[in-house]
Amino acid sequence: MNPVTLAILALLLPAGAFLLIGVLAPLRRSGRPAAFLSIAAVATSLAAAIRTWQLASGSVEPIRAAWNWLPGANGPLATVGVLIDPQSSLMLILVTLVATLVQIYSLEYLHDEPPAAFGRYYAYHSLFVFSMMGVVLSPNLLQLFVCWELVGVCSYLLIGFWYRKPEAARAALKAFWTTKAGDVGLLIGIVLLYRLAGTWDILELEHMVKGGTLATAGLGVITFCLYLGAMGKSAQFPLHVWLPDAMEGPTPVSALIHAATMVTAGVYLLVRTEFLFHQTPQVLLLVGWIGGITALLAAIMACVQTDIKKVLAYSTVSQLGYMMTAVGAGFAGAGFLHLLTHGVFKALLFLGAGAVIHAVHSNEMHDMGGLFKRMPQVATVFIIGTLSLAGVPAFAGFISKEEVLGATLAGGLTGPFVMLLTGAFLTAFYMSKVVFLVFFAAPAAPGHAHGHTHDDGHHGHHGDPPFLMAGPLWILAIAAIVIGVYSTFFHHAEPEFASPGWLTPVAVAMGLAGIVGAYLTYQTRTISADTLASVFAPIRVAAVNKFWLDDLYLFIYRHILLAFARLIGWTDRYIVDGVLNVISAWTLDGGDALRRIQTGRVGDYIFAVAAGLLVLMLWMRGTL
Amino acid sequence: MNLPILSLLVLLPFVGAVLAPIVGRGGRDQLVRQFALAVSLVTFGLSIYMWMHFDATSAEYQFVERHAWLPDFGISYHVGIDGISLLLVVLTTFLTPIALLCSWESVEKRVIAFSFFMLALEAAMIGVFVSLDLFLFYVFWDAMLIPMYFLIGIWGYERRIYAAVKFMLYTMAGSVLMLLAIIALAYYHQTVTGVVSFDLVDLYAITVPVQMQTWFFLAFAVAFAIKVPLFPFHTWLPDAHVEAPTAGSVILAGVMLKMGTYGLLRFAFPLFPQAAMAWAPVIGILATIGIVYGALVAMVQPDMKKLVAYSSVSHLGVVVLGLCALNVQGVQGAVYQMLAHGISTGGLFLIVGMLSDRRHTKIIAEYGGLKAVTPKLVAAFLLVTLASIAVPGMNGFVGEFLILLGAFRSPFISHPWLAVFAATGVILSAVYMLWMFQRVNYGPVTNPKNRGLRDLSVREWIVIVPIIAMAIFMGVMPGVFLKPMEPAVRKVVQHIVGAAPSMNAGTAETPAQTGTR
Repeated sequence: MNPVTLAILALLLPAGAFLLIGVLAPLRRSGRPAAFLSIAAVATSLAAAIRTWQLASGSVEPIRAAWNWLPGANGPLATVGVLIDPQSSLMLILVTLVATLVQIYSLEYLHDEPPAAFGRYYAYHSLFVFSMMGVVLSPNLLQLFVCWELVGVCSYLLIGFWYRKPEAARAALKAFWTTKAGDVGLLIGIVLLYRLAGTWDILELEHMVKGGTLATAGLGVITFCLYLGAMGKSAQFPLHVWLPDAMEGPTPVSALIHAATMVTAGVYLLVRTEFLFHQTPQVLLLVGWIGGITALLAAIMACVQTDIKKVLAYSTVSQLGYMMTAVGAGFAGAGFLHLLTHGVFKALLFLGAGAVIHAVHSNEMHDMGGLFKRMPQVATVFIIGTLSLAGVPAFAGFISKEEVLGATLAGGLTGPFVMLLTGAFLTAFYMSKVVFLVFFAAPAAPGHAHGHTHDDGHHGHHGDPPFLMAGPLWILAIAAIVIGVYSTFFHHAEPEFASPGWLTPVAVAMGLAGIVGAYLTYQTRTISADTLASVFAPIRVAAVNKFWLDDLYLFIYRHILLAFARLIGWTDRYIVDGVLNVISAWTLDGGDALRRIQTGRVGDYIFAVAAGLLVLMLWMRGTL
Repeated sequence: MNLPILSLLVLLPFVGAVLAPIVGRGGRDQLVRQFALAVSLVTFGLSIYMWMHFDATSAEYQFVERHAWLPDFGISYHVGIDGISLLLVVLTTFLTPIALLCSWESVEKRVIAFSFFMLALEAAMIGVFVSLDLFLFYVFWDAMLIPMYFLIGIWGYERRIYAAVKFMLYTMAGSVLMLLAIIALAYYHQTVTGVVSFDLVDLYAITVPVQMQTWFFLAFAVAFAIKVPLFPFHTWLPDAHVEAPTAGSVILAGVMLKMGTYGLLRFAFPLFPQAAMAWAPVIGILATIGIVYGALVAMVQPDMKKLVAYSSVSHLGVVVLGLCALNVQGVQGAVYQMLAHGISTGGLFLIVGMLSDRRHTKIIAEYGGLKAVTPKLVAAFLLVTLASIAVPGMNGFVGEFLILLGAFRSPFISHPWLAVFAATGVILSAVYMLWMFQRVNYGPVTNPKNRGLRDLSVREWIVIVPIIAMAIFMGVMPGVFLKPMEPAVRKVVQHIVGAAPSMNAGTAETPAQTGTR
């Protein structure tokens, strides 16, 4: 099959699954059959995606196919279609791979859900996969925006999957609103881009930039607006606040949407429109700095979390900052590489955490501890994920993190580089902290600070998860190792930039230092965690309070926006309406007329109007 | 094909209305319900038949009928449609059966009168959209008020009389101004050509002096602005909506509000193009204020119907902004948004009506956790909500997007910041709509009265599914609706901006040129 057909097939299968599950209520309510349909669709999409990639990497030119969507004056205003090149087809594989594994994993993870909820879950999932592939394959920015918003809706629905929990409902809303704030920027950017260039087609735009026919005046505003959208979706400071809350959704959802795929859409957008950003270096600089700040602040916040999913959430924010910094340094390819590897090992970490949570029935790390013996497989894959994230050689994150750091340095972003390097230490530290606390250290039973022996009884069904959950974990773990080994030892790509020789040793040392630090603090307890806390007290307080950003937003929402809205509401009722009521009362010569009409004899009034019309017509006749 | 199809479209519901008392003689309420529904369905079928025979490539008026009526006054029975009015007629015939069916159980008293007024209203609304004679238009315009007045006044909620009178007086106040302007315009035609004429086509052809245009334009524009309703003339709307029965709200929001924007586009702008171009920036500012203002007021409403009513103020502000862009994209977006708003807000009122039928309250705080109780109803609620907040893939997005596209490129939108503000209306709509949705449907069931509410009945499915299907269809296949309106929109825009070549530049078709200029 030709790549276009394959890509369309990959795209439409989940859409078809969604329609079937969504429309056929009996199928949806049956639960498992709906799940099997959804999994079959996405697994076929994965196969198609792999084949598409094979074909695309053999083709020099990007392959594009488009159909009319919005009719315009001279030819279509907007088209829909697919754009297949190595970037989009690799991303397509990542999306379908993680989606397939997550959907299989969810079969077991959510087996306690009632069948109807189960069906609903898979309907949302299918819609998500379709929309996300729509973003990835989009040949133009309008289609990208449309799918981008649909992805946001799926995220909203899946975060709020357990809608009875008020926290989940609130988190869903917060995610939608925050990303929507960025999306308004993206929308304006897209509109302005059309005014400037007359097209949203990525290839055409690239052609215009290369040919020098795209005006640069006003382009800065456009790229800034596009970046706003990316900021919301990819959780860049200060719009990152929604992502940690999004952990209220089921853990497989966090793995797929809030770690591996949707949140990277912002980075992907910038990768796709890299050529535009290169025309506006000042915006690129902003992207780099915000990325660095995000990476560092989120890493700090990850250190003080007690909820295992929250650690991973802040870690995701932090890693998104890494990707963005590389883009901001002008080397989007490095950011994209990190996007791909991060997608694999972060999905692995989330699914691993899910297996732990599933066994322990708690997200809190102090409810866990010493789990290595009981869940050796989960512990092993989780450690593989951790080593990947920490950037240890021969694991997936190693080369991509090196590339990001090298790119940042080569791009001259010294400040962000220092932040990223500090972040690398913190990343290794907080992830190792999780590993030690959850899998090795003796559990700290509530009320007992240290050294209490583990009590087997109250931890629910321990042990490694069944095959449906373990299988996806192992596939991702093996992928993380294969990618790591291949990229560390065998693959030497032509470097886009030169990195100094000291970079790799320093970066690896940072990672190892973090691991050792966590070992001494949380395993052997040579370093007292309390002492650490008191030494870093100001930072700790700030991090625990999330740098007061949530409070700030809540204040703005409650005491500025809502207060202003109340004021306007009052004005509307008593001033705008009041004035008009007074005028109408005058016109009707006081309340008398009004009261008479209010008795219901409106017929009189209509009669009066008709009579008036008649008089007018007679008068008109007279003037003729 | 010489079927007088437009006359049939007006006459069919009208005759149905007249026959309703005969059909329903002796308290046969159910029969009269079925009769009214059948009549409205046949009317809908007829309008679809008309669409199938409509030439979408032409900007000319089609299915034209012209008969002398009061020749001494230059008044004729002149009807015809272009792509714009075609779609609005279809919107009317689409929503009327839905409105009738949604009142199947909730309207119990005076069913005959109810059916009569609904069908009469439909006839008058179609009449407004097909009239090509200003006098005829005015007759339909005022005739339309009477059934709506009674619908609110008889079948409404507690403060229905106040709301009905307010609705009536407000609209009438505007209409009187317009009537004076219409008559004066017809006589101005005489001073230019020697004959009085109320005919729209004749009046398009004359050029009114700029000074005089302003007064004419303002008289028309105020009447339409009240109807839209444009800030600050909107305060009748929340009262009317809150007190109106569900069917009344659906028709009011779905069709009647569009009369205002339709009037601007069909009459006020093209009849007085210079004044329109001079005033478009001002109206654009009012529209933008309305977008943000309506959204803010909607945010603090405790009553669902009031919230939806204020959201209409906000959404109609978007429509007017599109009109004021005075370019093809803006106006196309505006017309599209009229249709989309009719569908999605109609849907919202239907949902609120269904909730209120069950619980006899529209206060948001009375609800909570409904998703666990009535999952189907909530699924429908969700889809309609998403349509209303212009999620791409649903109908609201296409219109809003085209309007923004038009507004950012228009020299008549006095400042690009206006369009930016308009875009923020998008996020505000997500704030108030989703917040309402969450408070009603998510969380635990806190109020014991909400336990055991029944889910959608078959009749309610039949009511809401066409709305949802249409919302999605319009979002996915916008070309079906954009193509037929395009020639007509282009013609109107050219007619307006063509009057002043110097201001024509912003509507140039090649955006690259506008960008580099």
